[in-house]
Amino acid sequence: MRHRILLALASVIGFGLAAAQAAPVSYTLPEETAAFKPGANLEVVQNNCTACHSADYVKTQPHGEKFKKDFWTAEVTKMIKVYGAPIEDADVGKIVDYLTANY
Amino acid sequence: MLDRRELMMRAGTAVLVTGLGSARALALDSVTLPFDNGERPLVRYPQKRPMIGLTQRPPQLETPFAIFNDGAITPNNAFFVRYHLADVPYNVDPDKFTLEVKGKVDRPLKLSLKDIKKLKAVELVAVNQCSGNSRGFFNPRVAGGQLGNGAMGNARWRGVPLKAVLDMAGVQQGARQVTFNGMDGPVSDKTPDFVKALDIDHARDGEVMLAYGMNGDDLPLLNGFPLRLVVPGYYGTYWVKHLNEIAVIDNVFDGFWMKSAYRIPDTPNNSVEPGTAPKATIPINRFTVRSFITNVTDGAKLKPGNTTLKGIAFDGGKGIKEVAVSIDGGKTWMPARLGRDLGKYSFREWKLRLKLAAGAHELKVRATNNAGDVQPMTPLWNPAGYLRNVVETVRVTAA
Repeated sequence: MRHRILLALASVIGFGLAAAQAAPVSYTLPEETAAFKPGANLEVVQNNCTACHSADYVKTQPHGEKFKKDFWTAEVTKMIKVYGAPIEDADVGKIVDYLTANY
Repeated sequence: MLDRRELMMRAGTAVLVTGLGSARALALDSVTLPFDNGERPLVRYPQKRPMIGLTQRPPQLETPFAIFNDGAITPNNAFFVRYHLADVPYNVDPDKFTLEVKGKVDRPLKLSLKDIKKLKAVELVAVNQCSGNSRGFFNPRVAGGQLGNGAMGNARWRGVPLKAVLDMAGVQQGARQVTFNGMDGPVSDKTPDFVKALDIDHARDGEVMLAYGMNGDDLPLLNGFPLRLVVPGYYGTYWVKHLNEIAVIDNVFDGFWMKSAYRIPDTPNNSVEPGTAPKATIPINRFTVRSFITNVTDGAKLKPGNTTLKGIAFDGGKGIKEVAVSIDGGKTWMPARLGRDLGKYSFREWKLRLKLAAGAHELKVRATNNAGDVQPMTPLWNPAGYLRNVVETVRVTAA
């Protein structure tokens, strides 16, 4: 609540003084509600993926035959090789299996 | 920057931290974008009206398309939001903010926001559009943010020309590019920070702007408060938010977000055969020409007889020369009347009064810019899902 009031205050002050004096902005995101579907290896996925992004990154990807195991293998590999996700070798297969089975 | 252990802890505490606040998720309803797996929540965020939620962390919000029918300017509270990396500066004190200018310059600078606001201000109306706007419509589908047509917006930006600040710093002989980094960054130090680059001549063209104002107000936090880069006519990937570090370099920047990401095929129309990979790529750059009907939605039922169609068109900075409308699926075209010209980087409104006979109609709109570039009738394809600009079709029934 405090942050919302601060933000409201910030905008009120902003109007009052125009550009002369800028007030600090303290921004509170809505509660994160996106969640991974239940399924085998859910915990491994939660532990490895949610540090950097919410679950809706997975949920909104396209569906269909081209978006099965090869697609998810490529995505997980990209997370490791390109974005430096610290995923243990033993977890890679589990994450790919979970994503292929549930999305 | 966190190590693996801290990453895990953060993953575990993220819910707790946000859960302590009173801000609830506030999913008001949902919308279904017109492609497979297109259901999205309508979400409410501070400083924003209800937006289409793509992802929650980092936040990505799409503008509900109906807003583009309200006028050429997109309100700040409806402007789309796109982040790559989740360490977003959610607490910003503009009085403590500094912009650093360094590298191949005679006088490295540290400017406060007040310093920047003391410089002679300029204003420019310009569209910002995400490179992946409309990616969800690609066929075959491609990985990435599955956006409808709402990752674009048009605002009146206020700030100072980047050129003025570079001139203050004194760019040295041999400078080739300028890099831009914002306060937002990765959660892990293994993830490449989001840094973009422009060629030195582009950076000094007098139009590229350091913007602190948007439609007469401060930038909303999620649109880059307190300062962002505005690169007129260029895709949003270059419009670095929370901009606090500018470096002049004497080589071509080879960071991940320039060298590997945001690349388009190096072919005459930057497309390849659908489903294939390009042999060579170049960094994405200017917008392709686009137009939309905004006052009639797909599947609408209209009354036969006189009706007015309206919408918007824009391009990468040549300016819109002509907008044509077809009500017979593209067989014949009628010129639309263009609205007020807010500048060559702005949305240009258009309007056309016409008569619709009873029955089903395929309405199409096609824009041409002042360079003669025209929207294609069939979609162009590239593996990253960028540059979409096919002639849009709206199917209606008059009865």
